[in-house]
Parts: sequence; structure tokens; C-alpha cells
Amino acid sequence: MARYESVLGLIGETPLVEISALSPNPDARLFIKLEGQNPGGSVKDRVALSMIEIAESDGILKPGQPDQILMEPSSGNTGIGLAMVCKVKGYHLKVVMPTNVSIERRQLLELWGAEIIESPGTEGSNGAVRMAQKLAGEHPEWKFLYQYGNPANPQAHFEGTGPEILRDCPDITHFVAGLGTSGTLLGVGRYLRETRGNAVQIWAVEPPSGETVDGLRNLDDGYIPPIFEELGGAELLDRKTVVRPRESIEWTRRLTDVGIFAGISTGAALAGAIKCASSLEPGVEASIVVVSADGGWKYLSTGAWTDDLDEVTERAKSIIYF
Amino acid sequence: MAVEVRLPTVLRTHAGGASSVQLTGATLGDVLAKLVAEYPGLAGQVVQDDGSLHKFVNIYVNDDDVRYLQGLDTPVPDGAEISILPAVAGG
Repeated sequence: MARYESVLGLIGETPLVEISALSPNPDARLFIKLEGQNPGGSVKDRVALSMIEIAESDGILKPGQPDQILMEPSSGNTGIGLAMVCKVKGYHLKVVMPTNVSIERRQLLELWGAEIIESPGTEGSNGAVRMAQKLAGEHPEWKFLYQYGNPANPQAHFEGTGPEILRDCPDITHFVAGLGTSGTLLGVGRYLRETRGNAVQIWAVEPPSGETVDGLRNLDDGYIPPIFEELGGAELLDRKTVVRPRESIEWTRRLTDVGIFAGISTGAALAGAIKCASSLEPGVEASIVVVSADGGWKYLSTGAWTDDLDEVTERAKSIIYF
Repeated sequence: MAVEVRLPTVLRTHAGGASSVQLTGATLGDVLAKLVAEYPGLAGQVVQDDGSLHKFVNIYVNDDDVRYLQGLDTPVPDGAEISILPAVAGG
């Protein structure tokens, strides 16, 4: 049945596609979960809907009542997912977003009617979080769902993404995903641990954002999402690896060889999965599942697929793509 | 073992503006001790006075976070690249 009462019913149940043609190891099968198939275009639709529905059931948000304002820090995808859900449900959204994101991220927020509050690009997402926390203190009437500290974020993945992955790939041995809020890794990781124990390894991939974020005054301006600490992220992860912009773009391009058009963070996550596949002993059979957080549409303006690799790499160093 | 240590912008002022430093050592701990010996302004910043890594710093040996390897005891192979990065959010 492909008929839905609302577009929100399209969130989740994303496809898992085999891309073993890209695996460097004949014993390691590779699968990619295409979260760009969500109606708002990213994995964050799940988080947005989960946070809003739980806020509604807790009475923090009241469906149908006018003039309810939400405010959230986001480098893009959570803001876009929230903006779409808010449009459908009739809430007003303000998104605190660093200035150095792709133009498409801004445009999508605008088309869903969200208001953008700019935070300094030199401070990256950390600066957006800090500004949002300050604004939340000044405006207690705004509802602050706070994806970095809201258990509804990993819960969406524990209840949705994780079970979908295990159903579609019962012999999964490795799960690889990008680390942003840590919601995907915590939710899926905990689900896989509870159901498959140590038969599954959990790998996190992150960009070297701290290298280019030069607005931090000292290391104390660093940031770890509270959910990561509260839900034992450090104990859950088996490995964490950094993937640089050039490699991220190279693997984003390689994905088109198997017909997949995905965002730059997917290239980074895939590079981590390739590293994982290469690290296995010969003869050890593995099924590696990697998450594609979004499609490529929001990054066309970066020239990621069409421009000179050196130029695109330089450009990617100055934008936030996680 | 000769290694290259890459410093983030936030720490470069304590290292005479250098973005990377060539050092030697068998483990990450050895290398970081030499880094502080060369640039005393970095003392207590990356590795705190109690010997633990600063909460908001991530260190990678050849792109792997040492918290998921052997921490400061992580061996550093010859030619390794060590990156020190402040913890930054995404999302």
C-alpha cells in the first residue's frame, strides 16, 4: 500500500541497497541505507518527528494551538526535518545555523517557512549550540527540543532505523555511521548490541571539523553532545575514525558508479566502511552496513561531482557537511 | 619513530604558530611529552595534569581516535600522522 494520510507517514522504512561492487575485500559485503529517501531528504526527518511527537505527548507542544514557537541549533538537516514537520503541524520554527553551510540548506529552511538565526561560521556547530542555549535562556516561551540532549533523538533510531537494518541484513557484522549528534550511532548501536551482542562492531566516522573551526578560543569551547555521555557512547563504539574532505568527496563520486547520488557526509561514512572492509582478515566473511545521511541534492552548488577535485576539496574545507 | 603532529588552530598560538611539528617517540604518550617539552605553553592543555586526555580533545593516530585504541599507550608507527582536534558537534 503506497497511500498515506500525511507526508509524515513517509518517514522511515528507507531502502537498504547492496553496493559490494565498491568493496575492496571480496569477503566483505557492503550495504548502504539510503536515508535521503525520507520526505525531508535526510535521516534527520526521523529525529524531527520523534522529538516533536514526544513533546506533544508530554504536553510541551499542543497540536492545533496557534503561536507555538520552536527553536533549534542545526548545521542543516535537523533544521530542515523539523521545518517540514512544523509546516505540516502548524508550528513556527527558528533555526540557529552557522553561516558556512551550503546555499541549498538555507533555501530548504526558507521554503518550509523556518526563520534562520545566523551564528558565526568560524565557530561551527559548537557556536550554534552555544547561541541557541543563550537564546533559550532569554526566551523561555520558545520550545527548545535540543537534539544533542534529547533522548527522543537516539530513540528514533533505536525503534526505527536499528530494527529496519537488522530485518534487512540479519547477518550484519559491522555498522558504520557518521558522528554528528551521535543519535544514529547511539540508537542503532544500542539496538544491535541488545539483539546481536558483540557479533556486531560499531564504527563512528567524523570529519576533521575541529581543524577548520578556528573561532574556538580554547579547548574548553569544545563540545560533546550530552546524549553521547549520558547513554554511554564511549563504551558503545568499537572504533572512531576521522575522514578528510578529499577522501569524502572521492567516495561520494565513487558512489555514482553504483548509481547512488548521496551527500558529502555519505562519502565520509563510506570511506570509513571501506577502511573497515580492508582491515578484516582474509577469509573472514562480513556484512557491513553504512548509513547515507542524505542525498546529493543539497550539495550541487559545491561542485562536488563536476569541478576539479582539488578545488572542490578546498571549498569543502570551509563548509559544514555533517 | 619519527611522526608528524598536526595542531588545531586553537593550539597554534602556544606552539609559535606552527600547524605541525616533527617529533619522535614509541607511543603517543612519549610524543606528547616531547611536544610539551618543546612548547611548554601546551602543558596541561592536551594531556591534563592528572595524566588524562582533555575532555574536549580528540587525538588520532593515522586517523583513528586513540580513545578507542590504547589511549596514550597507543604505539605510533614510523611516519605516522598524529592529529589533535577539538571536539566539534554536527547535526
